[in-house]
Amino acid sequence: MEKVLMKGNEALAEAAIRAGCKCFFGYPITPQSELPAYLAREMPKRGGVFLQAESEVAAINMVYGAAGAGVRVMTSSSSPGISLKQEGISYLCGAELPCVIVNIMRGGPGLGDIQPAQSDYFQATRGGGHGDYRTIVLAPSSVQELVDLVYDAFDLADMYRNPVLILGDGILGQMMEPVVFKERPARQLPPKDWATTGKMGRQKTNVINSLYLDPIKLEEHNLKLFKKYQEIEAKEARYEILNGDDAEYFVVAYGICARIAHAAVEMAREDGIKVGLIRPITLWPYPKKAFEEVLPKAKAFLTVELSLGQMVEDVKLSVEGRAPVYFYGRTGGMVPTAEEIFEEIKKMRGLS
Amino acid sequence: MKVVFERPKSLQPTKTHYCPGCGHGVIHRLVAEVMDELGIQDKTIGVAPVGCAVLAYNYFDCDMQQAAHGRAPAVATGIKRALPDRVVFTYQGDGDLAAIGTAEIVHAAARGENITVIFVNNAIYGMTGGQMAPTTLVGQKTETSPYGRDPQMAGYPIRVCEMLATLDGPSFLARAELTDVKNINKAKSYIKKAFEMQLLGKGFSLVEILSPCPTNWGMKPKDAVDWVKNEMVKVFPPGVFKEPKEG
Repeated sequence: MEKVLMKGNEALAEAAIRAGCKCFFGYPITPQSELPAYLAREMPKRGGVFLQAESEVAAINMVYGAAGAGVRVMTSSSSPGISLKQEGISYLCGAELPCVIVNIMRGGPGLGDIQPAQSDYFQATRGGGHGDYRTIVLAPSSVQELVDLVYDAFDLADMYRNPVLILGDGILGQMMEPVVFKERPARQLPPKDWATTGKMGRQKTNVINSLYLDPIKLEEHNLKLFKKYQEIEAKEARYEILNGDDAEYFVVAYGICARIAHAAVEMAREDGIKVGLIRPITLWPYPKKAFEEVLPKAKAFLTVELSLGQMVEDVKLSVEGRAPVYFYGRTGGMVPTAEEIFEEIKKMRGLS
Repeated sequence: MKVVFERPKSLQPTKTHYCPGCGHGVIHRLVAEVMDELGIQDKTIGVAPVGCAVLAYNYFDCDMQQAAHGRAPAVATGIKRALPDRVVFTYQGDGDLAAIGTAEIVHAAARGENITVIFVNNAIYGMTGGQMAPTTLVGQKTETSPYGRDPQMAGYPIRVCEMLATLDGPSFLARAELTDVKNINKAKSYIKKAFEMQLLGKGFSLVEILSPCPTNWGMKPKDAVDWVKNEMVKVFPPGVFKEPKEG
């Protein structure tokens, strides 16, 4: 298997093509622009569709149309653009359409800046648009994992008829790392017999829709969605625990922040502090099981994020008061150093 | 016995929710007749709007998607790009197409997106109870222009066909009035032409139909038809605004 050196955004694009993505619709925004540029170059050569939409709103609705027509489809953007897509994401969830949405997060609120951030966690994991719904959220922390999770994202989307978000950040999108595009056996996925392809001899018409005027019917529909979300929560939560075997303290971080936090954990280890790292890979469903696993021996948790504290709420919900939960974050595109986090680990030990 | 009149195959055997005297039922029928005549029912995907025609997916007997408000041309673009050999149409009202969905319609037209748009212009928001639309006439009273549309406050109506005719993308743009048999037949001939353009791969086609809304105009059905004929056509002149050159 050949190793190639690639930028995160371009590796993601290549992985999408290999995962069978037929259509891409997007709108230019920094720091994800290499992704659409790669697909603009490659899609026409490899039998796919690349279309630059007039807006983020149009792009996500093009995704709706193509997903409803039964093909694998993706869009990508960065924070302010993802805000604009929320209407479409709500409709996609209501109509149960599979698709992959990439958010290479940057600093906010408003126009913010173009530096890396993790401040769209609430938006990504709590729905983001109107209505009772959830999207699956995957948070890679290396270019290789980004590639691997793209295949999973398309499979999960088709499996559950639900949008899947890949939540990256400006560093992950921009940095270069060696990657291998592994051949993967195709997963057994349900047939898309619901897709609007034209009746083509079919008796009944297929309809893609999120309108249920009768509240009894809408409640039934939402309960059906809820059951699906419960199944996803039971089956799809993923995480990694590093240096956890003898650990008494745990840092919790995801994405690029977990890479930095891991370096801090190594420093603390050298200093004799028994600390481990919990790295959630799915942000929704949140991997509560990771905390159950370590709680018998954990004295305290330190959540580190590129935000002023968003995932920390899920950490607290998982720990349920059984141990102290501390927080350290930088915001607005600032990234903490391993030394800064190391200092926080020392503080945690001192406090508990 | 010879059948001289029947329900088009491309319409579902169901009652519609449209008000008495509303133009939507007639326009649905025209679209369905054209689908039957062109033999495209089986390979057509329609996109329903938000507005009075939101339930169009219950009425057309073909695969349908329901789009967010104004986004039907983007949704149709997604379908058509994914399945280029199928026939894709949107069915949209004036609020959906000319207010909240202005960007989507203009850019679908500019791209020459190979879809067909049925644009129902009744100069008012019907479903929400009669508010001012982007095509509401100057002086026209609505729930949100109770003293009549005042250009100083609320500007002027948008002429969609004329605006889109400035673009190179569209292959066929026409406006008809739903007022009498002659004009209803003309509307149907435009709709047929629009679908034929798509089948020939000529790019974006749109038919605007001036349609009565007696309920929200506060008129009897016959008076509403007269208002289309006497008032709307003055602001929105019927005719063909763009068509391919012969030869």
